[in-house]
Amino acid sequence: MTSPSPAPGLRSSQNETTDLATHFPGMISPDIRTGYSGWMVDKNNLVVFASELHDQLGYDYLSSVTAVDYLPEEKMEVVYHVYKTTGGPGITFKVQVPRADEVEIPSLVQIYPGAELQEREAWDLFGIKFTDHPDLRRILMWEGFAGHPMRKDWHEAYFEEEGKPLKSRWPEGHAVMAESKNIYGDNITYPEGFNPESQTFDPEKALYDALKLYSKDDIGLGTDHIIVNMGPQHPSTHGVFRIAVMLDGEKIVNLKPVMGYLHRNHEKIGERNTFIMNMPYTDRLDYLSSMSNNFGYALAVEKLMNIKPTERAEYLRVTMAEMTRISSHLMAIGALLNDLGAYFTPMLYALEERELILDIFEAVAGSRMMCNYFRFGGVARDLPEGTFQKIKNLFFERLPRKIDEIDRFLSENEIIRSRGIGQGILTAEDAIRYSAAGPLLRASGIPYDVRRAEPYSIYDRFEFDVAVRQNGDIYDRLMVRFEEIRQSIRIVQQAIKQIPDGPVTTMKPMYQVRVPPGESYGRVEGPKGELGFYLISNGKPNPWRYHVRAPSFINLTAFGPMCVGQKVADVVAVLGSIDIVLGEVDR
Amino acid sequence: MDSNEMNTPGYEIPPEMQGQVAITSLDKIYNWGRSASVWPMMFGLACCAIEMICAAASRYDIARFGMEVMRPSPRQSDLMIISGTVTKKMIPVIVRLYNQMPEPKYVLAMGACASGGGPFKEGYNVVSGVDKFVPVDVYVPGCPPTPQALLNGLMKIQEKIRGESIKNSRWYQKGADMAEIPVPMLGPDLIDPRKITIIHNIKKA
Repeated sequence: MTSPSPAPGLRSSQNETTDLATHFPGMISPDIRTGYSGWMVDKNNLVVFASELHDQLGYDYLSSVTAVDYLPEEKMEVVYHVYKTTGGPGITFKVQVPRADEVEIPSLVQIYPGAELQEREAWDLFGIKFTDHPDLRRILMWEGFAGHPMRKDWHEAYFEEEGKPLKSRWPEGHAVMAESKNIYGDNITYPEGFNPESQTFDPEKALYDALKLYSKDDIGLGTDHIIVNMGPQHPSTHGVFRIAVMLDGEKIVNLKPVMGYLHRNHEKIGERNTFIMNMPYTDRLDYLSSMSNNFGYALAVEKLMNIKPTERAEYLRVTMAEMTRISSHLMAIGALLNDLGAYFTPMLYALEERELILDIFEAVAGSRMMCNYFRFGGVARDLPEGTFQKIKNLFFERLPRKIDEIDRFLSENEIIRSRGIGQGILTAEDAIRYSAAGPLLRASGIPYDVRRAEPYSIYDRFEFDVAVRQNGDIYDRLMVRFEEIRQSIRIVQQAIKQIPDGPVTTMKPMYQVRVPPGESYGRVEGPKGELGFYLISNGKPNPWRYHVRAPSFINLTAFGPMCVGQKVADVVAVLGSIDIVLGEVDR
Repeated sequence: MDSNEMNTPGYEIPPEMQGQVAITSLDKIYNWGRSASVWPMMFGLACCAIEMICAAASRYDIARFGMEVMRPSPRQSDLMIISGTVTKKMIPVIVRLYNQMPEPKYVLAMGACASGGGPFKEGYNVVSGVDKFVPVDVYVPGCPPTPQALLNGLMKIQEKIRGESIKNSRWYQKGADMAEIPVPMLGPDLIDPRKITIIHNIKKA
């Protein structure tokens, strides 16, 4: 096998476990493609293999499910990343099937319920049918959309070329309005034989049918169930998120999240872009924590390129990522309190501190929110004059005091306690089963943090505690965030003391990088949870596959089960405690 | 309108009444009232919405312009801030919300995505600018625009309101064309009902 050895400091998440092949004789074979690792599993053995892996070997946490379309090889592949919640490297396994219009692969929802939304996404974007999936509908696009857009032979309306830089623009081309190239003069395209006048399709029908599956049981009085739609325009959904709730009186019988209202085709555009062009796009995933997104993407590409950032850059990266975590958690706390009815006042306190962090981001990166600060092999530029002192003052004097103040105002409050404690409970087993990540997982009593479970960058040098609470209710999720802010402050304080002088990047500025063929999965502990980037390079300037394992998206798998049995008024509180960002949910 | 302007309208005011009576034109007082109490709709789409929240918070303080009353209901709002990427799945909702707003109503396209598709323009689910469907009054550039830029855009809205006249404002005209914008449909792709015949003709050709 010729897979490149992982760069020092970046531990590979795809370490081979030595005796896996002996444990499953004849069932699996190592992936021998250049630059790849992991195991190939036959489609017919998939369910047996996965349940053995889950039950016998303790790989209980399904991190990511995604599909890859190998058009030249006429193959479709589904890639699974599984981990142990006790920590350590994980296992990657893949299922390959011949490419066809209708591809079928057995669903793993029965073994790993966390696969539910991810398999729906693979169906929507790749047209892979997961047999035995309980609710296989489109998720990001609407029901009735023509085609499966992430397939390599599917072209969008403004399609010009497979990869950038576009020949019409570079080196001496001229910008042309994309509209002028489309026959309709707009970003639309219709299949053959489509007649707009006979359009009678109802895209909502499948959703309501899925909800009604549960309305059969009529115990006691035969009352009718009602369906209530929240969103996409609703002040408590944190953006354009929609929740369809089925109610029995005030009690929730079933709940389906409806998303895709902000699906802006991150992955399709990402596969057209060159590697470096994707960096600013990652900012716009979870737009409250752009630095963390940069971090994950930079790690994944560096793993492929087998390079390592400089020492000073590592410290700057950690400092920025932890500052992002603080600002994102502050926003989460403010928004949760908004949802609980403390209209905007706690938010004002949180935003005041967030602004100070944004000032530092603006100083180092030039932009308040969309930082685009990381580069492969380092960061874009060093700290400007005076910024180091600013960070020092903020983290040694102001922030610890202010966090305690906000904590004091909120955590003993009668209303927050009565609405938070014992509400929206997610048990530890369920949290693992539904692949919950980040504060949601840790509030349920699982001390799993990627920074500790599989340290990346230089996190093994810092002293910090993994914030964990035991009850898994709304209140605990709030308190976990407070604790994480305190731990982040600790990390930044240590980083400030240890940061060395030196260059901030190992590479000359260039506008294309050479990435050797292979696959890599870079994961970081973002503010919302485990953020992973799955990349496949075939040696060209553009990634062949660019997938984002978005924590907000996968955390929503647990949203329905958490709400069933609660009152309808708790839906917004539970949603606020999960803390989603729609840019990442829909991508 | 400052107090000096109000007290010296060009008419003679008896000395004992000065400082107590203001004489002005109806247009001026009407627009003054409207421009200083534009209620935006509480409606965030994407990244830009976060900067909109920041503009509403203490540091930038949108309340200085009488605009802090964000209404979650379109029926109570005067201004729709399109703060983020408009997707094909979302545009039917936006058009419906716009139709539900009472006149006089204004639309501010905040950021590159709402103005023209922005960095995501080539995406298969992205509308190339909200102005393809609803009329936009002010465009604010930026990705995302800073709160200051948004405030500047809001001041442009105020300027526009102050320039209007009650005599020829559209919503007071007899038999004015107040038809609603037809709501786009979701088929195999987005279908604009106003363009159905065009689509049909292209398909046949």
